[in-house]
Order: sequence, then C-alpha cells, then structure tokens
Amino acid sequence: MVATSWGRLKGQETASIPIFWRHELPELIRRVDGPLLAHGLGRSYGDSCLIEQGQLLLMSPMQKLRWFDTDQGVISCEAGISFAELLDIVVPRGWFVPVTPGTKFVTLGGAIANDVHGKNHHKRGTIGRHIRELELLRSDGEARVCSPSQETELFRATIGGLGLTGVITWATLELIPIRSALIDMESIKTHDLEDFFSLEDDSAEQFEYTVSWIDCMAKGARRGRGLFLRGNHAKEGHPAPEYAAQSQWKVSVPCDAPGWLLNPWSIRIFNEIYYHKQRRRYVTSRTALDPFFYPLDMILHWNRLYGKRGLLQYQCVLPPDRKDELRQLFDVIAASGQGSFLAVIKKFGDLPSPGLLSFPREGYTLTLDFCQLGSRSQQLFRTLDRMVIEAGGRLYPAKDALMSAQTFQAGYPQWQELKRHIDPKFQSAFWKRVSSS
Amino acid sequence: MNPARVESIVIMGASSGIAMAAAQRWAAQGSRLYLVARDAQKLSDLAHDLRARGATHVEIQVADLSSEKQVEEACLHILQRWMHIDVLLLAFGILGDQQKLVHDHHLCRRLYELNVSAPVQVINMFRPRFQEQRGGCIAVLSSVAGDRGRASNYVYGSSKAALTAYCSGLKADLQTYGVQVLTIKPGMVATAMTAHLPQGPLMASPQTVARDIVRAVDQGRSVLYTPWFWRWIMLVIKLLPGFIFNRLRF
Repeated sequence: MVATSWGRLKGQETASIPIFWRHELPELIRRVDGPLLAHGLGRSYGDSCLIEQGQLLLMSPMQKLRWFDTDQGVISCEAGISFAELLDIVVPRGWFVPVTPGTKFVTLGGAIANDVHGKNHHKRGTIGRHIRELELLRSDGEARVCSPSQETELFRATIGGLGLTGVITWATLELIPIRSALIDMESIKTHDLEDFFSLEDDSAEQFEYTVSWIDCMAKGARRGRGLFLRGNHAKEGHPAPEYAAQSQWKVSVPCDAPGWLLNPWSIRIFNEIYYHKQRRRYVTSRTALDPFFYPLDMILHWNRLYGKRGLLQYQCVLPPDRKDELRQLFDVIAASGQGSFLAVIKKFGDLPSPGLLSFPREGYTLTLDFCQLGSRSQQLFRTLDRMVIEAGGRLYPAKDALMSAQTFQAGYPQWQELKRHIDPKFQSAFWKRVSSS
Repeated sequence: MNPARVESIVIMGASSGIAMAAAQRWAAQGSRLYLVARDAQKLSDLAHDLRARGATHVEIQVADLSSEKQVEEACLHILQRWMHIDVLLLAFGILGDQQKLVHDHHLCRRLYELNVSAPVQVINMFRPRFQEQRGGCIAVLSSVAGDRGRASNYVYGSSKAALTAYCSGLKADLQTYGVQVLTIKPGMVATAMTAHLPQGPLMASPQTVARDIVRAVDQGRSVLYTPWFWRWIMLVIKLLPGFIFNRLRF
C-alpha cells in the first residue's frame, strides 16, 4: 500500500498494519522489524505521517472509549478515535473538545503527536495542555502511562513528538462545558493588516475563538485585507437537539481537478468575490459547529482541487513584536503571485505549550496554501524560511514538506533533547529529512 | 420500534468490526446489550466502550461459537437472564482462504460449521422465545457473496447462500408471529476480516454498514444490501449470462 499525506505527497510502497485491538499491539511491535510509525487519518500535509522503508501502524480502527465522566467532562479513549466521532459523543451531552484544529478528520493520537492548536489558542493553548494522561507503548513492549506528574520527561517529549517516541494507545482528555451546540459569531471586514492587529487585541479577552482570512493577493494599501471572525459558544440552548439538527451533508471532489484550475487569475477572482461578498463591516450570525470550525470538511477530498501535483502548505509563527517582518512576508507572497485562496492568520496567546517540540509560541501565525509548482515553490519557500528564521520564528512540522534541516534545527533548538526519547524502532520520513546534519 | 423505550439487544460475535460499530450506535441510544464472543479481553474493552457511549446495561459472555456445546450454553444462559429480546444480531463467521479451502475439506467443514450450522443452532434456540413474545428482530449477517458463487470465493459464498436461503424461509415462517427477520448483505467492509485484502474504492467503513443495519432494523426491513450500491452490482452479477460469468475470475 502507498500511504499519502494530505498534500498528496506519496510515501514509498510501505506495508501498513491496521490495528484493531490495544492488547495486540505490544506483541506486534516487538515482533515486526522497524522502522515503524503510527499513522492516523493522514491529514498532515507533508511527510511527518509517512515513513521510508518501514511499516505504518494504521491507528484509526482503534477508536473505543475507555470511560467518559459526563459530570466532570473528562473522556478517556483509544488514540485512533477521530474528532468527528468524539464530537458526536460529547456534544449532545453538553461538552466540547477544549482545542480543535481546522479539520475534524484527525485522530486524537495525531492531535497529541502534533500538539495541535485552534482558534482559541489565546484562551486555552494547545491540546497538550488538556491531556490528563496518556499511554505510550514502546518497542520493548513496555506500556508507560505519562502525565504532567508521572514520566514527565516522556510526556513532554510525546506531546508534539511527531509519533517518534512510540505509539500513543490511549489518552484522557479534559473537555469544556457548553450550553448550546451553536456558535454566536461575528464577521468583520478588515481593510488592512493594522485593522487586523487591533481587532485581534480587542477581541482576545471577550471571545473564545478568533481567526482571520486574508486576501494574500492584495497588494499595497490593501495588503492584509480580509475577514476577521470571532465567536463564542451560544450562552443558552439545548446541545443534543441542536446538534442532531445540524446537517451532515457533504459534497465530494470526485477526482483530480485539472492542473490549470487554480491559477493566479482564478484565485484573484475567488478572493475578490469572497472579500466583497460581505457588504457591511459587521455581520453577526448564529451558526452550526461545522461551518464555523470545519468549513473545508464539507468538501470531501478538497485537496484534489489542486490536481495531481498536490498542494503545499506553509505555516509559520513569528514573535509578537515582529509585525514588520510579517508585513514583509505578505509582500513577498503577493509579489510571487503564487498565493492561494486559503490564507489564515491568528495571534497565538502566551500560554506555554507543554511539548518539547510544540509549534505554537506567542506571536502571529500565518497559514497559506500553495499549488505545488516544483522549483518555483521551493524558491519562494526558501526565501520565506530565511525571513521566518531571521525573525526568530519557526515552521509547523505537520504542514511542512520542504524545510531544510538547518531551518528546522534553527526553529527548534531543543530538537537534540527529543532525540534522547525517540524509540529506537520509530522513524518518519520527516524526521529523517530534518535531523540530518 | 419506539426509540424512547430501552431496547434489549443480543449480539453473537460481538467483537467483529460490523457488530462492534452497530453496538456503538445502539449504545448511544441507551440500549441494553448482551455480548457474546470468544476473546475475554476484547469483550471487556468493548463493554467499557459501550457503557461510556451511553448503554444502559452491558453484559458479556465468553464463548467459542465454533463449539456446539458452548453455543448451547451461551444461548441457554441468555434466555434465562433476559426475558424479552428486541434484537438478536448474529455477526460471526469466517472468510477463509479460498486457495486452501479447495484443497482441504476439513477446513471447508469448519467454515460451514461456523458460518451455517452455528447460526442455525442459535436461531433454533431463540426461535421459541421470539414466537412467544410475538415480536422482535432476528438480524443475520450474510453477504453479497451468497448471491451467486464466484470463482474467487465460492466456498465462503456458498455458506452465505445457505444462510440467506435459511433466513428467507425463516422470515416467511415467522411472519405470522410478527417477528422480523433481517438478512444483511454487506459488500466489502474494512474490518479485521478483510485487512489482508487490497483496499479498493468499494470498501465501506464498518460505521456506514452499522448505520444501515440499525436503520433497517428500525424500519422492519427483511433484506439489506449495504452500502446501497451493492444491490445494483449484485443484480448485474446475477443477470450475467453464464458464458460471460464463467470467464470472469473475480
């Protein structure tokens, strides 16, 4: 079988072993020759979920709950459970995941291994902060229960540890209470980046969720114009019936789109329409969970829109005082003409990430999709990488397919420390690429 | 069925991928579940899962369903403990390796015992209870493979054909008692049973199949192809004239 990442990066022909039962794992891991890597739903864009000359342990069939304390809002489940499934279980009972990435088709284990963040980073930090306990299975067959107070070093290494420290078999997650399955949201049309900066700072206190879509094709005075979204869980309501009424209709991109579909002109037209669709500066609405948190999940296989070549995503974070460098990033991207319709910016708060290799830190994070244009993409990314590293920032491994070992090591000086905790049988294509000297 | 009432559901072969996914849906509706399977650890994991998902009550029983004696004991035990049964789901069976099966009639016999004799034994034992209570549903996992024997898996297919025919007769027989008999014919489903096969675009998730099963039970249906397109695929396969069909190696 050939596993594929979300950016359509193909792994080598690898054996994949679906895992159905927790108790079969220790024997299996001991028996098979490495290298190994646990693989969830393959939503990482680059090669962090792939392996060269090894075997993938497919974790998604392992999705049983261990227990669910519906009074305290704490749930313990196997690592292969998806956020989609988790929400189906917890939302009707008045709970919500404390942190969610922009797709619900990720596994709990994958979310921990990448220490994912969401639109509420300024309030709750990363998912790792809400993991009470997890079980890590090592290739010596030993199962180690790690938490902030037990096996702390291994816990820190496993949160954001990209699956290299062993297999996460189950984890216990602390949920947040909700009184409604709806979101009260405001969409504000922004003129430029300054507008965005001040809105972010004004909203951080009162809003659980904030994020901004940016028209990355706009240049000059309109640089950074976009739509700023902020929202809260509705204060009163009835989670179960509200959630049951939320439509699960999805459309699917049935096959690869032709390579020319997304080009500078079509994207410019899309961005123009998307920006001007909202006429007034403020629009408030009450919306379901999916359109607010997971708008792209409604289009199954949306990565096929980028054609056979696939897509590249670029996500970086810059320290909060590096706004000038952030403006320059936008200039370089707009000038390159390679930008795409997905460009998102958000300000991370100062809550520390628990993982040794966690990506989020205080500052501005910028996420962009690009068509895979081979050497042109590489050239642009190299320029961006240099600017990010010089500004004291770093890139997100879950999104990356191209960064050099130097870029990675400069962004994550603590990477050597992780090496001590890596399980000798575990490896990933990403790690092979960035840990070489 | 009335969703407000707590359903009592018995599942034989509960650790199979499809049964497990169906049990999870029923658990979310607050059902009482009685699970039978061979592996104690799997049963215990599953019981925890179902309780956490909202099952009102979960009982487990370890039994090897290829043993006539253990089947009998398990059935008697359930019949003693539970007075009323809303759904009996039979979800056990083996796929077997066709290449080995055609050369080894002992293997074939074992396959027929587990895929045909054991379900028939279970149904025979539960049948009086369903007749007495004048209602409920006997749901049996057969397969699209039983619709027409194909070169690649006709040993398995013929066992499922027997089961399908049995259920069809049973349905007619129990009609007057108001008992529903549901023959479930899944296509390829991504479970432990098929993990060694290539994953094609027709491969469905056990969750999809389970959703269809729970709905078909609620709607009182008697035959379910799942996912839906298999009804049409099998129709074409059944209609293929012999001179074409016999050349196919699928």
